[in-house]
Amino acid sequence: MKISDVLHETYTALSANKARSGLTILGIVIGIGSVVAMISIGQGASGSIQASIQSIGSNLVLVTPGFQRGAGAGPVSGGRGSATTLKQEDADAIQKEITQALAVAPEISRRYQITAKGTNTNTQVVGTVAQYPQVRNIQIDAGSFISEQNVRSLSKVAVLGPTTRDDLFGEGSTPIGQSIRINRVDFKIIGITKSKGGTGFGNQDDVVFVPLSTAQRFLAGDTYVTTISVQAASPDVMATIQQEITDLLLQRHNISNPQLADFQVLNQQDIVQTASAVTNTMTILLASIAGISLVVGGIGIMNMMLTTVTERTREIGLRKAIGAKRRDISLQFLSEAVMLTFFGGFVGIALGWIISLLVTQFAGIATSVSVSSVALAFGVSAAIGIIFGYYPARRAASLNPIDALRYE
Amino acid sequence: MIECKHIHKVYKIEDIETQALKDISFVVKDGEFVAIMGPSGSGKSTLMHIIGCLDTPTSGEYLLDGKDVSKLSDDELADIRMQKIGFVFQSFNLLPRTSVLRNVMLPLVYAGVPDTERTKAAEAALRASAFPEGFWNHHSNQLSGGMMQRVAIARALVNNPTLVLADEPTGNLDTKTGEIVLDTFQRLHKEHGRTIVLITHEPYVAEHAERVIHIRDGMIVEDGKVKNRRIANHQRKEV
Repeated sequence: MKISDVLHETYTALSANKARSGLTILGIVIGIGSVVAMISIGQGASGSIQASIQSIGSNLVLVTPGFQRGAGAGPVSGGRGSATTLKQEDADAIQKEITQALAVAPEISRRYQITAKGTNTNTQVVGTVAQYPQVRNIQIDAGSFISEQNVRSLSKVAVLGPTTRDDLFGEGSTPIGQSIRINRVDFKIIGITKSKGGTGFGNQDDVVFVPLSTAQRFLAGDTYVTTISVQAASPDVMATIQQEITDLLLQRHNISNPQLADFQVLNQQDIVQTASAVTNTMTILLASIAGISLVVGGIGIMNMMLTTVTERTREIGLRKAIGAKRRDISLQFLSEAVMLTFFGGFVGIALGWIISLLVTQFAGIATSVSVSSVALAFGVSAAIGIIFGYYPARRAASLNPIDALRYE
Repeated sequence: MIECKHIHKVYKIEDIETQALKDISFVVKDGEFVAIMGPSGSGKSTLMHIIGCLDTPTSGEYLLDGKDVSKLSDDELADIRMQKIGFVFQSFNLLPRTSVLRNVMLPLVYAGVPDTERTKAAEAALRASAFPEGFWNHHSNQLSGGMMQRVAIARALVNNPTLVLADEPTGNLDTKTGEIVLDTFQRLHKEHGRTIVLITHEPYVAEHAERVIHIRDGMIVEDGKVKNRRIANHQRKEV
């Protein structure tokens, strides 16, 4: 028997009972559809988290203050980030000593009430240096960023994030040359940054940049910095740099026991990996729940095929009487089961794709239907057809033609 | 040519042995039209299954075209049926929702015959069984009983078999359509030289054959020519 004939017989048999075939594949459609949708949502979420981590800068190593310890505080821990031990000089030392650090940008950030003509807002003010845009992936939309000259001369200039600009001057305006008042000090606006999107870790667009020296002198009144961002030359050297910075700062801060360090050094890759691990776990969890419905769908197929075999006993008897071998019969019934699941898989992929589009559209979660998840869905649906179709097909093939022909 | 030599068939159901056939021996030569007749329970169905290679005898030899087929496996028997035997059943056993042509060519589908060849063979078989050409593409469930049985006859002829085996072919038909079917068999025998074995319990039907083998309680009780052979009195006109 030729393959084209097997397919012809399969098609005739399945289309004879369209409603039942349709209802049976519904289980597979829902199963495959939800697996595809769940994987796409999971992959999309993991992609957008990674993108938002990458958007704060590439190959970034962050130095932040650690616990406040030592003589001043006694045995009481002030909590992570409370130490005021990082200084401008630490950043300079990193720049000088660590050769694989491409750029170093210390910053001091704090929230202030900011007023402009008739409006005001409360937002993050970041005092930093000219290298900051390079390290933190910030692009200028209009005007310019803070220059080294600005930092040296304690200029009272400010660069606004697009959200802050919208809040103070109205959407889409270009208020370069106008002034804002931070903590009763007037700053002249010299630039607007490009929007980075407000997803992930806080809104990176709602911010005001001022020169580091100006912020220390006129706003904070001290010489500490809250974060030092270091850009590594390549992803491969990040771990090395992380270690080198730790050693350097321990030495500079006269701390012999690394457990008592008053700072911490974060590696961007670690953050990405942690975030990916979380989303991967979620994806696997969701996909395995969806997988259960696939198994239920497969059992539905098996049930229908067994019913079909009983119903068509006489037909099987006739086919055997006119020369069909066991293999021909089992091939026909197996092919019916596989065709059902394959078709179900096809519709299910379309369904999953539509679901993920709707999720993107209405829930705002980025999704991506990958080729591999589609291939996986097809493979799984074909496999379910073979596994759950095998037993009914065997039963059909092993029928005795005499008994089958007599069957009423 | 078929030859049965001392065929016995014993069914064993839970230690109780039933002798369905006892020492059956006969020969059917090519071109013969034989009726096997007997009441129900006489063993004629069992004999038909053995002649039709659907079953094998417990002991004895069954030669089909000189080849002993009494000890073959299921799949080997399927092969023999495909090549040498054409079945006509009481209840037609056509595939529903399938065209007449496709039904007729089904044995050739399993034989792996290419499309154009098997279509030609199916058309020839339909002509031989006098099935009207206008209905060739109708679905089998749209036909009357007499027409269905002629499709079944065409299907039995399509593989050009050694033997056409008809099991109560008129059992589900009224007298008039039964007459048409019997006429078809007589014509196939006379004009095409087909070997036909017809199994029936009705003497009236058996008398359309040339020779009748009477069987009772699993044994042949009489084997001889039909004295007053009936010719199906059907006015041969296209339906």
